[in-house]
Amino acid sequence: MSQILIKNGQLIDPVNKINRTGCIYIVEDKIVSVTDEPVGFKPDTIIDAQNKLVCPGFIDLSTRLREPGHSRKATFKSETAAAASAGVTTLCLQPDTSPVIDTPAVAELIKELAKKADYPQIYPIAALTRQLEGTELSSMLTLKQAGCIAVGNANHPVRNLLILRRAMEYAVSHDLLFMFRPNDYWLGNNGCAHEGAFATRYGLPSIPEAAETIALAQCLELVELTGCRVHFGQLSCRRSVIKIHQAKKYGLQVSADVAAHQLHLTENDIIPFDSNYHVLPPLRTEEDKRYMRQGLAIGTINSICSDHQPHDIDAKLGAFPETEPGVSSLETLLPLMLKLVTEGVVSIEQGIASLTANPARVLRIASGALTVGFNADVCIFDPELEWQVNAENWKSRGVNTPFWGQTFKGRVTHTLQAGKLIHSLESGNH
Amino acid sequence: MNDNLQLNSEGKLKHFLSIEGLPKELLTEILDVAESFVSMTDQQIKKVPLLRGKTIVNLFFENSTRTRTTFELAAKRLSADVLSMSIATSSTSKGESLLDTIRNLEAMFVDMFVVRHAISGAAHFIAQQTAPHISVINAGDGQHAHPTQAMLDMFTIRQIKKDFSNLRVAIIGDILHSRVARSQIQALNTLGVPEVRVIAPKTLLPAHVESLGVSVSHDLNAGLKDVDVVIMLRLQKERMTSALLPSESEYFKCFGLTEEKLKIAKPDAIVMHPGPINRGVEIESKVADGPQSVILKQVSNGIAIRMAIMAMAMQKQGIM
Repeated sequence: MSQILIKNGQLIDPVNKINRTGCIYIVEDKIVSVTDEPVGFKPDTIIDAQNKLVCPGFIDLSTRLREPGHSRKATFKSETAAAASAGVTTLCLQPDTSPVIDTPAVAELIKELAKKADYPQIYPIAALTRQLEGTELSSMLTLKQAGCIAVGNANHPVRNLLILRRAMEYAVSHDLLFMFRPNDYWLGNNGCAHEGAFATRYGLPSIPEAAETIALAQCLELVELTGCRVHFGQLSCRRSVIKIHQAKKYGLQVSADVAAHQLHLTENDIIPFDSNYHVLPPLRTEEDKRYMRQGLAIGTINSICSDHQPHDIDAKLGAFPETEPGVSSLETLLPLMLKLVTEGVVSIEQGIASLTANPARVLRIASGALTVGFNADVCIFDPELEWQVNAENWKSRGVNTPFWGQTFKGRVTHTLQAGKLIHSLESGNH
Repeated sequence: MNDNLQLNSEGKLKHFLSIEGLPKELLTEILDVAESFVSMTDQQIKKVPLLRGKTIVNLFFENSTRTRTTFELAAKRLSADVLSMSIATSSTSKGESLLDTIRNLEAMFVDMFVVRHAISGAAHFIAQQTAPHISVINAGDGQHAHPTQAMLDMFTIRQIKKDFSNLRVAIIGDILHSRVARSQIQALNTLGVPEVRVIAPKTLLPAHVESLGVSVSHDLNAGLKDVDVVIMLRLQKERMTSALLPSESEYFKCFGLTEEKLKIAKPDAIVMHPGPINRGVEIESKVADGPQSVILKQVSNGIAIRMAIMAMAMQKQGIM
């Protein structure tokens, strides 16, 4: 029976209101105590976390591991290693794999791939509509029973509001969470940059804020009509924050997240035609960033996701509009959160909650806290350790990040997933 | 635009991708060098040996007659060996194939690429990827830039108006989709033109167009007042089918340049158009062929400007 002791660390657990030096006692896959040493506890592994922060493992609400279907870009093996080294212990997988996650067979396959990669805590998000085509409902109940944690249509449009309404009603019937990235396909007009000064200067097809806010507003109306539980993912602009804020005040059961890079980058940061800055939703304005940050600070946006999208080199090699959007972003998740703390946007407790307790609440899973009886998902990090984003330190197969070459402060030293040490910086596993 | 990409370590032209990032002195130098080539075109032998032994490849991923022809003639008059390639391309073709094309041509010891491509940033991408000894000239990329067109327009304006510092210039038409307009605006601003106006319906203007350094009008009559230079842009037929405009006739009624409307501008105003013109859509024949039109002069000047730019981009190889 494996027993692990984590000692001398600064424990931070927003759920249990812990912020003190202490120990965590782990037996097998569970946390058995965070206070007194249990009777008969004989650790076979002791992790000394002196001068380090110890918190629940991170829960990422939007990830792409590229398998099944696009193993040229990345694999479960490469990306779960990246996740482990980033302190992430639970991943939600977007349904736009190939084949799409719209049958139990694909959901089973993902569970199988996760097991093979020794990283079992991967939750598939089921396609809301068959083949993500936006016209027919997927077999949501069957998919739920096969282990899907929510439904969503990734970046694919739903044909019309009637179909969206029915899909949401059907999701309610099976108590399924709908994870929605608001984007009006037509207003988006196949753009690749924010409709602003940058896109105008460089002649890039552009996406207005309204592409996001109109889709969001329509969905909020349908939340009221259907009672569906909706989580809005990867928001990017000021008016989205305002709309979510109002909806919550009005009493709608909604939540929202933002991708970490949206809290740090704007259109002004884009190096012209550098495809590493090609993301969807596009990088917006300083004001949008300020509102996103404020939304996070006051809890309107409760979670930060990585929106991890690793690409092969060829996918990013071309003229900007022709390249594929997305950032490989698991490994910059913690340092980008810590930067928000340094810059005074959120407290360390809030920052950690946005990666742990809050996404756990969205997903309604018993995780994201150092609670006795919970799976021992633990992230230990050194907030002062500096590291450079370079080939030596990077695990993801995708090197598509605008932060390449940059030096960050804050690095994960140990990650435990269900009581198993899946990452340790000291053991040379870096 | 990363200006280091366009200039070598001594600040000389290496690639010509965009007006942005190029200093006024360099633009003026281009105009001056072009001046010296203009007189040459009147002579019996229209050739100089500046680029003898050099190989220039015109890579046209998008159709063009005028631009390709003038580039070809310019290269030939500089005594370079020229190869023109029209490469049919689908919108789905990826960077790999573009890059492979470039790599293959590189292997044939090419010295310069002249590139036209339907995607913004394509010339920039090629300049970044190509071998360091090769120069890249942007002959139009998507909706981003068409800097040689802008320079030949500047050349034509200077020829007639002599000085940029007291001009009012109006650009009329589809600014949103126009790489020509973007480059013209940057060139006019860099060369010190005090007022650049854009005149178009809101559907044909990009967001925050003022950020480019222009004033905006939706009314041709108001916009033409006291203008020295009138630049008309070509209106593509597909703007009518994508709900940007209701009809050609309504567009002509509002934004078409007629003799009557031209009277609002200064009496000595010149009329320009990058071509090809749509007679009766953005411009009346009487104006296009009238005394104030310099449209064909623009075409002639295109050769001299392209000679100047190609020669200067080869300077780094000790030619000039």
